[in-house]
Amino acid sequence: MFENLSDKLQRVFKNLRGEGKLSAENMEAALREIRVALLEADVHFKVVKQFIDSVKEKAMGQEVLSALSPTQQVVKIVRDEMVKMLGTHQAKLRFANEPPSTLMIVGLQGSGKTTSTSKLAKFLSKNGHKPLMCSVDVYRPAARKQLAVLARELKLPLYEGSDADKPAELARGAKREASQIGADIILLDTAGRLHIDDDLMVELEELKGILNPTEVLFVADAMTGQDAVKSADEFHKRLGITGVILTKMDGDARGGAALSIRSVTGQPLKFVGVGEKSDALEPFHPDRVANRILGMGDVLSLIEKVEESIDRKSAEEMQRKLLDDEFTLEDFRDQIKQLRKLGPLESLLGMMPQLGPMKDLKNVKVDEREFTNIVAIIDSMTAQERRNHMIINGARRRRIARGSGTTVQEVNNLLKQYTQARKMMKSFTGANAGMLGKRLGKLKLPGFPGFGG
Amino acid sequence: MFKTLFGSETPEPSLLDRLKSGIQKTRTGLVEKLEDVFQGRKEIDADVLDELEYALLSADIGVKTTQEILERARQRVDRHMLGDASELKQLIREHVVEVLQATERPLPQVSQPPAVVMVVGVNGAGKTTTIGKLAQRFRNEGRSVLLCAADTFRAAAIEQLEVWGERTQTDVIRQQAGSDPSAVLFDALQAAKARKVDYVIVDTAGRLHTKTNLMAELEKMDRTTKRVIPDAPHEVLLVLDATTGQNGLEQARKFTETAGVTGIVLTKLDGTAKGGVVVAISRELNLPIRYVGVGEKADDLLPFEPESYVASLFD
Repeated sequence: MFENLSDKLQRVFKNLRGEGKLSAENMEAALREIRVALLEADVHFKVVKQFIDSVKEKAMGQEVLSALSPTQQVVKIVRDEMVKMLGTHQAKLRFANEPPSTLMIVGLQGSGKTTSTSKLAKFLSKNGHKPLMCSVDVYRPAARKQLAVLARELKLPLYEGSDADKPAELARGAKREASQIGADIILLDTAGRLHIDDDLMVELEELKGILNPTEVLFVADAMTGQDAVKSADEFHKRLGITGVILTKMDGDARGGAALSIRSVTGQPLKFVGVGEKSDALEPFHPDRVANRILGMGDVLSLIEKVEESIDRKSAEEMQRKLLDDEFTLEDFRDQIKQLRKLGPLESLLGMMPQLGPMKDLKNVKVDEREFTNIVAIIDSMTAQERRNHMIINGARRRRIARGSGTTVQEVNNLLKQYTQARKMMKSFTGANAGMLGKRLGKLKLPGFPGFGG
Repeated sequence: MFKTLFGSETPEPSLLDRLKSGIQKTRTGLVEKLEDVFQGRKEIDADVLDELEYALLSADIGVKTTQEILERARQRVDRHMLGDASELKQLIREHVVEVLQATERPLPQVSQPPAVVMVVGVNGAGKTTTIGKLAQRFRNEGRSVLLCAADTFRAAAIEQLEVWGERTQTDVIRQQAGSDPSAVLFDALQAAKARKVDYVIVDTAGRLHTKTNLMAELEKMDRTTKRVIPDAPHEVLLVLDATTGQNGLEQARKFTETAGVTGIVLTKLDGTAKGGVVVAISRELNLPIRYVGVGEKADDLLPFEPESYVASLFD
């Protein structure tokens, strides 16, 4: 979709090596690329300008370090600067000294308030809190029903009130209910509204007055464009938002709105929504979102995911096997099975930085069914064949194809992919691999079947 | 006998007026920027072009399209074909209108009703609301409509559609939450044929275009549709939130690939966002913008008019 910023800068700096310093002249072209990259990522143009200025200041006159290429060096400055702008630490939720604390969820229509409310409830209850949910969205058809259904699924308390109640009455009812059932947090889901809808903004101000929330969380869609600053700014002016939840980050939007909102409101991003399931809510990591905005892949999230799902012991074993060139088709099969535990491969690929040997993965289409075939093919081999693929001749290939219900061609493809995967894995573990390679190598991502010729 | 889908000759409340009333609430959009550009400065210089670039970018027109527009302008300036800033403004305006007009095409025709309209899009774009408004539109034209609640995934999505069914006095075909969307669709299409209704409007679950499995579900629904009505769906509308930035292009691309999108509905234009990414969508994917959503009421859906839309950006 988008060209990676590194690739672009690489081009810009092709002729820079040996010049010794980042100068005004040679930075000019680089800054232009950075600017375009940020605009493509939907960062607000004023924020882009501000950002470019500060990068320029940082970069000017820096010695080109011998360890880093100029590209890497500029990317580092850009990324550090962006992380700084996004907020250098993870902001925690604030609670009242005396419970219940109220968290008010606000935002535009369709940004994901109700889903986020239920995810927050689950998150809080997992962390030992007792949240009570309440929807005061009396406008959108079935909005209150939606939260009720989610609450029932999560088996978490909800204050329903009556359909005739006005938002203020519902809010007061929730407050009473919370003290009755001993809930320490009230999660108030409000109706989506346009920031220019004065009547509805007044309603939010009233609700805030009634509940005196410790957090007013602004829910923003990661796909939002330039308008993000206007809506966030207006919500902040009227309500004093205390944090942001960035939703729909499981798509392929670069999420530049995060930077815009942060810079216009000064309030921290607190959570990121990454899926439709109730636990698809993660604390915000500035470095990850910075990489994402820059199109550098979300390596850390990927590594974390891998770490969660892959058994460390068997990973170390695999590492040894790779180094000793003992990575067999059996191991290959086990790797595929482990990989599938991580979820759809395309979402994993989205997190990968598009560098070096991974460059061509960007446009790869993954057919998940292929995995099933691969496992079937390997299962149809004899133990001897699995341990030594070199013995698989034409006759054996035909037999394996018949046994697995595939074709000889597919068997050939698999063998080709397997040898490629071995090669790729070795390049990760090799001494020349960079940081990423080493980490991934250690964690043992299997080769990627289905990407071969 | 041919019937025009969505055909209506009656004059509409002017889209321009509606859009303008939205803009009047906050004149912080492109309009103001362009006024900055054009006021008190007649000569076209680098500054004018710079500011103009920012103005276009702020409407989410996108870097690529903006650069293309500016390049055209620059060429004219170099060749001294443009005297002052107001001519430049006119030129840009015409160019954007041209891009949008190039994708206009007549509404599809249906030889034998029911006409099937699928409504697809990412989560929270406004699909269900748009369907309610579409139903209202068709009802106003004296057509019979059946709604199909094929968003069986999101909590209370069926109930939400049912409320719109009541509001517009339209029947809704539904099953249990969590059932197979294609099964509901099959039922609805059978019912539509039996009842000889003019339109079936199909609500689908919101899905991010990057989710392969969910996109494959849309392909399955397409196959189901064709099994019951071979030349259907007659229209596949992608609902796009006007606040969406450059990701909108990718959305349109993926949904077109898998669901065969035939037109765009641009929603939430009553805010301050202008949805300029539709210009890039028009240009790159050749998709017409059919309707715009300008509010939460049943009659807040208007046919798209390139000139009015562009005027609302520039005047």
